[in-house]
Amino acid sequence: MSRSLVLFAHLLIVWLLLSGHYDPTLITYGVLSSIGVVALVAHLGILDDEALPVHMGIRPFFYVPWLLKEVVLANLAVAKVILDPRLPIHPRILRIRVGQKTHVGQVIHANSITLTPGTITLDVRDGHFLVHALTTDSAEGLLSGEMDRRVSHLEANGARREARRKSGQEGSA
Amino acid sequence: MELAREIAVWACIVGGSVFCVIGGIGLLRMPDFYTRSHAASITDTLGATLILVGLALVAGPGLIAVKLFFVLFLIYVTSPTAAHALVKAAYSSGLDAPDVEEGSRLKGHLSDDGGPGDG
Repeated sequence: MSRSLVLFAHLLIVWLLLSGHYDPTLITYGVLSSIGVVALVAHLGILDDEALPVHMGIRPFFYVPWLLKEVVLANLAVAKVILDPRLPIHPRILRIRVGQKTHVGQVIHANSITLTPGTITLDVRDGHFLVHALTTDSAEGLLSGEMDRRVSHLEANGARREARRKSGQEGSA
Repeated sequence: MELAREIAVWACIVGGSVFCVIGGIGLLRMPDFYTRSHAASITDTLGATLILVGLALVAGPGLIAVKLFFVLFLIYVTSPTAAHALVKAAYSSGLDAPDVEEGSRLKGHLSDDGGPGDG
């Protein structure tokens, strides 16, 4: 129920920001369509931790600035490599272990790796990623594992909940 | 104040355009498919970010700036997804790629063998 309210609030805020008209008729339309979407999503049964990761709380607001900083630094590094006449690249494919337990966490980690120039996620399996790295520097950044730690912290509550759910299922089976 | 904003706007838009051009140069200079997609991601990230931030500064605080940030958010979610789909398709259909190395074994040894340009 509380999840529906959170989704409704978000939909309505996005609707208001996109419309920019604030007379009663249009706001009514916005409220009705938000209720409609919430009803549809609830009916489909997809209103879970994956659709609406409320368990992350305010942690994304700390993760995103760090990610943006990393993206800018990686951009400058790769731009320097491109403009270097010797083109000092050393492409390699690395298999790295990742600690994320939930699908949302894995998606965020893989997406962050690909967003950062110099590294692209090739394949995602439970427990490890295949990553293509452009230079030795970008491979080193990847192996330092800082992003892995930060994303694991981001999904920590969700991972605990997932583990509880799994042990509950095994108990009942 | 107006002058400072004007300078910030042009710094952002010109900077973003420069990064888009660098991405294009990289696309041409890189030797194979995988390395080229690294160059393309410069255009997607810093190029697009700086241009959109510059446009938001032109618009000033308000709904237009908010919508530009929605566009930026969309780019940040969709462009890695597209890049991943492309390289994964190339990799699984067997396009020439470097051998897989175990990350845990390489840790701390990378700088020993990292000679320039053997790809």
